Amino acid sequence: MQKKFSSDRYDPLSTERDALSRRNFIKGVIAAGTVAGAAGLVTGCSDGSDSSGGSAASSVERLITINVNGNSRPVDVLPNETLAQTLRNKLGLTGTKIGCDRGSCGACTVMIDGVTQNSCSILTHTVRGASVVTVEGVGGANGELHPVQQAMIEELAPQCGYCTPGQVVSGVSLLQRNPNPTRDEVRNALAGNLCRCGAYNNYINAIVKAAESA
Amino acid sequence: MKDMMPNFNLLQPTDVASAVSMLADAGENGWAMAGGQDSLDWFKDRIKRPTTVVDLSGIASLSGIRETADGVEIGAMTTLTDVENNAIIKEKYGLLSTAAGRVASPQIRNKGTLGGNISQDARCWYYRSGLDCYRAGGNTCYADTPEGMNREHCLFAASRCVAVTPSDTAVALVTLDASMVIQNASGEQVVAAADYFVGPDIDIENMTVLKPGDILTAIRIPAAWANATFYFEKVADRNTWDFPLVNIASAIKLNGSTIEDIRITCGAVECVPKRLNVVEDIVRGSERNEDTATLAAGAAARGAAPLNYNHFKIPLMENLVKRAIRG
Repeated sequence: MQKKFSSDRYDPLSTERDALSRRNFIKGVIAAGTVAGAAGLVTGCSDGSDSSGGSAASSVERLITINVNGNSRPVDVLPNETLAQTLRNKLGLTGTKIGCDRGSCGACTVMIDGVTQNSCSILTHTVRGASVVTVEGVGGANGELHPVQQAMIEELAPQCGYCTPGQVVSGVSLLQRNPNPTRDEVRNALAGNLCRCGAYNNYINAIVKAAESA
Repeated sequence: MKDMMPNFNLLQPTDVASAVSMLADAGENGWAMAGGQDSLDWFKDRIKRPTTVVDLSGIASLSGIRETADGVEIGAMTTLTDVENNAIIKEKYGLLSTAAGRVASPQIRNKGTLGGNISQDARCWYYRSGLDCYRAGGNTCYADTPEGMNREHCLFAASRCVAVTPSDTAVALVTLDASMVIQNASGEQVVAAADYFVGPDIDIENMTVLKPGDILTAIRIPAAWANATFYFEKVADRNTWDFPLVNIASAIKLNGSTIEDIRITCGAVECVPKRLNVVEDIVRGSERNEDTATLAAGAAARGAAPLNYNHFKIPLMENLVKRAIRG
């Protein structure tokens, strides 16, 4: 078990593309059914109970389950790991982009319990018990596009496309709480998503169009 | 790219008493994290390296907005979005609602908290880049030099350090005469907003009175200025995300068109939100019109000591005062 944990550790210099080991690891965790006991070995937590800070001496437990796009995903998370890192490097959800890694650009935007947040600026451990929706989770179960995504294609919104996942998530979140936004409301909702190609108007057009078509 | 933060122990208490004891145990190496929107940047840049981070987001009692007998109490962990959209704040203390809505970007307001916004550290990039300036415990200021890039720095009350308060909500809270509730191992204390923010002449390494082990738990706003005539404006290089070059918050009690009473506070021109007492004294009792506004604006920036690149802040400040007074 020890070896499997260390192989899953996030290494920023690694160019490893082999997702199989991660997948096997995660499967292993699910199958083992000894998660709590194993976590005790790794983190030194002896009680194996919920890690919400009962003991002042020990840090959070690393083996946690987070709800991403409606699925419970068991994953090994470091205390100092951001949600963007977990999503991209551990859960294979690379639709979420890391742009500035400082909460400035919005490329990493995801929905936490329905509201948009920059996943680069959230510790994964703070979203246990929350519902995370990434760009992979906004469409239908069989890959149907969300009206916002469809409208972005029709309006030629993405140019290079790097900011697009964040723009999609911000747009979807807006339409969930306000199905008929004004153009100004759309502008405000997208204000946290930078686009270096300057395709802002196309993104706004797309979301206005998606609102009209829905 | 410094993309992985150095490791730390993450503690996630669910009540204030546990958080206080965890921070007391950690001492100087502890870090109380609210929304984390500034904390994580410090950690990523490896300039602040706490060994224990106490995440306050799991403490339910620190969030929420409650009406009290003489005003309103806002939990320090209430997000800026919730402050902006709360019905009570919107109706009676619209100044704070507007200011909260002008902070950063939607994503940051959805996570960032009111307590974190008023307690955030200076944005001076010399300090932020990890140089050993006065504020970082060193013995020089890199911004206040002939070559220093000090366009965003202060006009008033420089004392070795020339950094400014970066908060939009702080000016609103000083204007509304708020007070801050702080808890630590020795109990609870309540500090007036005007005393919560401290300049470099008092403590050059901290922007607020918070010390290691302290937790800001709530912000109380008295009813004294509820439903006054408010004005908030923020000027920044970019309309979103950016910090203010200058911001202004005022509350006016009008009797007909006469200014019966006024409070006006200017941000980003001094290390603390600058209450403009001179302007208040000039306009109190006068008609609210262009002449009064012009007179007040002329006195607003009196005593300013601009640096090499921030002279523009003087007319900017004067014009914002003018707009706030004339409405």
